[in-house]
Amino acid sequence: MAHGPTRRSLLATFTLATLFAGACSAPGDNSDSSAANASAAPVTSATCGTGPVTLKGYFETGFALPKSLSDEFTKQYPNVKWDIREDQFAVITQNAPRVLADDPPDLMRLPQVSELVKDGLLKNLDGYAQAFGWDKWPASQLEQMRVSSTGQRGDGPLYAMGLNFSMTGIFYNKKMAAQIGMTKPPATLAELDDLLQKAKAAGLTPINQFNGGATGGLAFPLQNLMAAYGEAGAINDWIFQKSGATIDTPTNLQATQHLEKWLKAGYFADDINSQDYATMMSRFIGGKNLFIFDGDWESGNLDKQMAGNVGFFLMPSATAGGKQAAMSAPLTYGISSKAKNADCAAFFLNWVATNQQARDIAVKVGGSHPMGPSDAYMPAVAAGTVTAGTLDAGATIGKDNGAMDFIANATGAIYAKSWTPQLQKLAAGQQTPDALLKSVQKDYETQVKN
Amino acid sequence: MSVPITGRRARRARRPRAAWLGWLFALPAILMYATFVLRPLVLTVQYSFYDWNGIGASTWVGLDNYRRIFTDSELFATIVHAFELIVFFSFVPVLLGLFVAATIRGIAASRLAAVARTVLFLPQVIPLVAAGIMWSWLLSSTGLANELLSAVGLDRLTRAWLGDFGTALPAVGLIGAWVLVGLCTLLLLAGMSKIDPSLYEAARLDGAGPVREFFSITLPSLRQEIGVSVTVTVIAALASFDIVYIATQGGPGNSTMVPGLEIYYLAFSEREIGMASALAVALVLLVLAVVLPIQRLTRDGSR
Repeated sequence: MAHGPTRRSLLATFTLATLFAGACSAPGDNSDSSAANASAAPVTSATCGTGPVTLKGYFETGFALPKSLSDEFTKQYPNVKWDIREDQFAVITQNAPRVLADDPPDLMRLPQVSELVKDGLLKNLDGYAQAFGWDKWPASQLEQMRVSSTGQRGDGPLYAMGLNFSMTGIFYNKKMAAQIGMTKPPATLAELDDLLQKAKAAGLTPINQFNGGATGGLAFPLQNLMAAYGEAGAINDWIFQKSGATIDTPTNLQATQHLEKWLKAGYFADDINSQDYATMMSRFIGGKNLFIFDGDWESGNLDKQMAGNVGFFLMPSATAGGKQAAMSAPLTYGISSKAKNADCAAFFLNWVATNQQARDIAVKVGGSHPMGPSDAYMPAVAAGTVTAGTLDAGATIGKDNGAMDFIANATGAIYAKSWTPQLQKLAAGQQTPDALLKSVQKDYETQVKN
Repeated sequence: MSVPITGRRARRARRPRAAWLGWLFALPAILMYATFVLRPLVLTVQYSFYDWNGIGASTWVGLDNYRRIFTDSELFATIVHAFELIVFFSFVPVLLGLFVAATIRGIAASRLAAVARTVLFLPQVIPLVAAGIMWSWLLSSTGLANELLSAVGLDRLTRAWLGDFGTALPAVGLIGAWVLVGLCTLLLLAGMSKIDPSLYEAARLDGAGPVREFFSITLPSLRQEIGVSVTVTVIAALASFDIVYIATQGGPGNSTMVPGLEIYYLAFSEREIGMASALAVALVLLVLAVVLPIQRLTRDGSR
């Protein structure tokens, strides 16, 4: 067997050599081209043309809105067909960079955009914004989707567009509310505390909130409390990665301490750390608790399943007559920088915001306020429904300039890495409010630096 | 020993061709192995020396990623959790498997033995994801586990087992033990069936009871099978992913975070491909460091 070993080692060397040949250069795109970030010239006529077009979509599963809109669009523009792939939002979040790079969709539901923009994966929409007049809409609608060249959000070129924009607050079970003598929504934080205490004393579960597994739903009440004690603008600065912004402020500490007080008083169901979103919804719909902190994407669903028995109010301010604030974010969709039918996708996004049928669908199917100019057509909504309640709340937030993005959107990893475990620890009494904010701030600084 | 010249020549002429043919047959497998095992392995080692988000530019950072594993308490905690899981994934199934296998062997003739074997092996057949979902229902705050506790008056103990900092990791371990006990039982039963029955007969003639029989004959004869069971289950514990991902996703508050899951989060949620690769390489080395001594221990004993 004199040949065996040499042959074998030769072959092994050869195999390994081919393997390493592919591996010796540094991974990733190290070229310095940033064409995707170049400023966009105004697009004169972005349409879907008249020839057959197949728009490639990557949508979030479990929500009927994008499907209803795309069906209606095809009805109006029969030359446009759709090739739609759907995934859960968590999967989309994990896939986004690779899908945008390797299998570019024309239209895609997007997670937090700043890192995708840094990698040049999203199309700069400024050209379309000028052509369609999006830049004349209320600026706050598009603010969250603008990313500057340094990665800060809030201003700079536009990289995504909303199908509508959501509003968050507190939903309540009307029967249970009557049971504890709640006749009108609380006007101050103290009144809300009082209601929670009454519900607890009456043997009801005051709040169910998802906070188990990889979800940190306590971020909803926490951010509401932050805005009740402090300024919405300062929280937005932190979310938008403005330099020097910190989450570890005295008012945020008060807010976190207030949340801890609620937890210690037993105002939340005692199994929130194993509750997922679906469990929270099924319990609330099943009449098991008084409040949930959630958003108007559930309005249509709740009007159907709890017809007449569900109400909505915005988080009250800490002081009587103080300004109110809420998390309000566009349902972001973007166009890949490598998309084949970018013009048609942009035309669709503009149609969603301006077409009458599309705006009807945005409200009736989506439950949220459509994008677009403030004087645009608004579909009629039956009075007394929770959909009407959430749309009204939008007006209050607009007046108080209280729209905030979500603290979970500050960086791509801040929710999974920091808020979720930290809030679960707070719920279990294993973390103090002060250390929680300091720990989140520390993670944030590392992530923003990267 | 002298070989006729003609014969030697003929063999020489044949051998290279035969060897060449042999490699040809192995080629498809080698290609698959190289593409899907060796290449990713080499690339993972390479990525582990870079700071890279998976898309953009990468920077060489040398051993920094590895240094972080030992200095970042959160990453190190995941390795500690993996070792805690060994108790549930490995010790419990092997010990329980031994006991069950011995019992089944005792009733080998009856139909009950066949039923018991099937029932115990069933968790191996059920997809782990389904098992994880089923157990997360059983262990939820309104699940069967708590209802049983309430029924016998132990309301004090009821809790959301997978959502409690103190019980989440053991609860996940319990699911693993349930899955693996069948595998261990089957392996050990197979081992028992090849033990010479005359040994047991001799022992009985010498007046040994079932306990003595177990410790003097069954246990020593099963050294190799126990070795295999421990190896497989220890790897399952250290490289666990699916059960944890389905049952708790690492929560609450990272209390069930294991290296496999952390690698996944690092790569796909935090987009730190370099750090994820470094932890993956470290995990491979850790598994080898734990498993190789077990292999040696059980192999030497049988000689």
